[in-house]
Amino acid sequence: MIVASRAGHAALALAALAVALMPLWASGYHVQLASTALVAAMFALSLQLLVGAAGMVSLGHAAFFGIGAYAVHLLPAGLSILFTLPASALLAAAAALPVGALSLRTRGFFFLMTTLAFGQMLFFLFHDTPLGGGKDGVFVSRPALEAFGFAFEVPRRSRPTVLLLLNLGVLAAMYAGLAALMGTLFGHALRGIRENEDRMRALGYDTRRVKLAAFVLAGALAGVAGHMSAMTEAFVNPELLGWHRSAEGLLMILLGGLGALHGPILGAAAFVGLGEAATLLTERRRLVEGLVILAVVLVLPRGLAGLRLGLLRRREPAPVAAAAAEP
Amino acid sequence: MDVSGLLAQVLNGLQYGLLLFLISSGLTLVFGVMGVINLAHGSLFMIGAYAAFAITRLTGALWLALPAAVAGGLLFGALLERVLFRRFYRREHLDQVLLTFALILLFEEARSALLGNDFHSVPAPAVLDFSVPVTAAFSYSAYRLAVLAVCLLVAVLMFLGIERTRLGSAVRAAAEKPEMVELLGLDARRIHMVVFAVGTALAMLAGALAAPLQSVYPNMGDGFLIVSFVVVVVGGVGSVAGAFWGALLIGLVDTLGKAYVPGAAGLAVYVLMAAVLLWRPGGLFARGA
Repeated sequence: MIVASRAGHAALALAALAVALMPLWASGYHVQLASTALVAAMFALSLQLLVGAAGMVSLGHAAFFGIGAYAVHLLPAGLSILFTLPASALLAAAAALPVGALSLRTRGFFFLMTTLAFGQMLFFLFHDTPLGGGKDGVFVSRPALEAFGFAFEVPRRSRPTVLLLLNLGVLAAMYAGLAALMGTLFGHALRGIRENEDRMRALGYDTRRVKLAAFVLAGALAGVAGHMSAMTEAFVNPELLGWHRSAEGLLMILLGGLGALHGPILGAAAFVGLGEAATLLTERRRLVEGLVILAVVLVLPRGLAGLRLGLLRRREPAPVAAAAAEP
Repeated sequence: MDVSGLLAQVLNGLQYGLLLFLISSGLTLVFGVMGVINLAHGSLFMIGAYAAFAITRLTGALWLALPAAVAGGLLFGALLERVLFRRFYRREHLDQVLLTFALILLFEEARSALLGNDFHSVPAPAVLDFSVPVTAAFSYSAYRLAVLAVCLLVAVLMFLGIERTRLGSAVRAAAEKPEMVELLGLDARRIHMVVFAVGTALAMLAGALAAPLQSVYPNMGDGFLIVSFVVVVVGGVGSVAGAFWGALLIGLVDTLGKAYVPGAAGLAVYVLMAAVLLWRPGGLFARGA
């Protein structure tokens, strides 16, 4: 998986600027839609750490997203976001640890089925027990924007703007963090595992531990995305944890391109835009979605970013050689 | 706990497990032979159930729906294999996941367009609409016993077909060592099509059989799909025997768990799966694991 070139980052920064200025040029509805897309991008980006970087296809990832969102419901109302955001990440990571430890005893197809089953287990936990407030979901009160005793009161009218900027900031931080991570030895080890896990093991890597670390970190980031979803929508329901959402995350990654770290961001924007267009055009949204997915897997298997992959390829360091430098 | 209550739960568990076997054996064979993950397998179950509903409403006879589900499933499966799945045998898991996810969306949309989004109940055939006295204090639905019998019959036919026929031995060879099939001069394409068609027919038959036992509703295949994955993980992939014993085990654990440990309803099978992963990650019945 590659990190975008300097030109690519400039383009991303321009796009971020355009999004940040949306309240000036777009309708309130579209500002809210952009927030939804940003949250979806966070979720897809966290999943990309597993799928794009390490080649681990998980179908249970939405469970950690949902747990991050439900953390906002479970914590007492009125807490500062500085407390609730890390709490969501920690709670999601705490769930990802045992699920990952068990699922990583398997590979490939088995890994996919196991993550799916454990993800559904967590879904049923919130769907069938009183823990999460029942199967229809609950409204949650948004965490307070408050830091070091300085409270930031948001008037109702400017709330979409504030949420948009907040989501944009969290997504940018997440992207920057992951871009930096891909340059570290850990990032190289993950790519090495995707290319050839047996060789990485022969080189002396405890590959299961590297994969578990990635699984837990991806879970924590999904928790962050879930937190921002709860904050944006002020509503949580068990569907947030369901495996259809995990599959949608995979779709965003494939839409945007498996090969690039920024792919999921493009993919999430395309996915949300597609859903919106489908709703405008027809009652049968799933028909449009299904046909588009079919077209993508049949015609465009490298995604939107893949269209430019030839130009970006030069920037990719040889992962196994770099990892092999480790004594 | 009373004995007849326990007996009823055990019979329910066996019958649920055998239905699971019909679904998961197709899933495990399709993966074992072709290396394809079919998430839409649960939708095939749903299609079978809706087919039973539609046929029963039109003709009033459920027993017509069973051969129709099998024949329709064979045809539909062969068509799906020929048009779509054949292109995906060598593709990555991610592509297979999205292909079959797209199929779920399309099948559900087609179902919604043709038959709507309502819940429906399907009456059991009038001939079987009575209870069989098992002990003095306990009687059991004749239709459920018939489902048990049909599923067992299908299981026996499958074992005979796989263990005793030439095609069956080719399928076993394909599941163990796919490259052997070509070396032996067998037509791998024909084997793939047969396996996929049989898997589809079994899932649709399971749906048709299950229709009178529960209501027929949108996304009804989802739950069965997930539990079938648990069965395949517990039983070991690519093994029909593993799917059989795994399905019975999961059916019993789920039914008894729901009946006697109400707080943990539905979680018991996942705990079992976690235990199997810790103890034998290849599955309980995997060969040479």
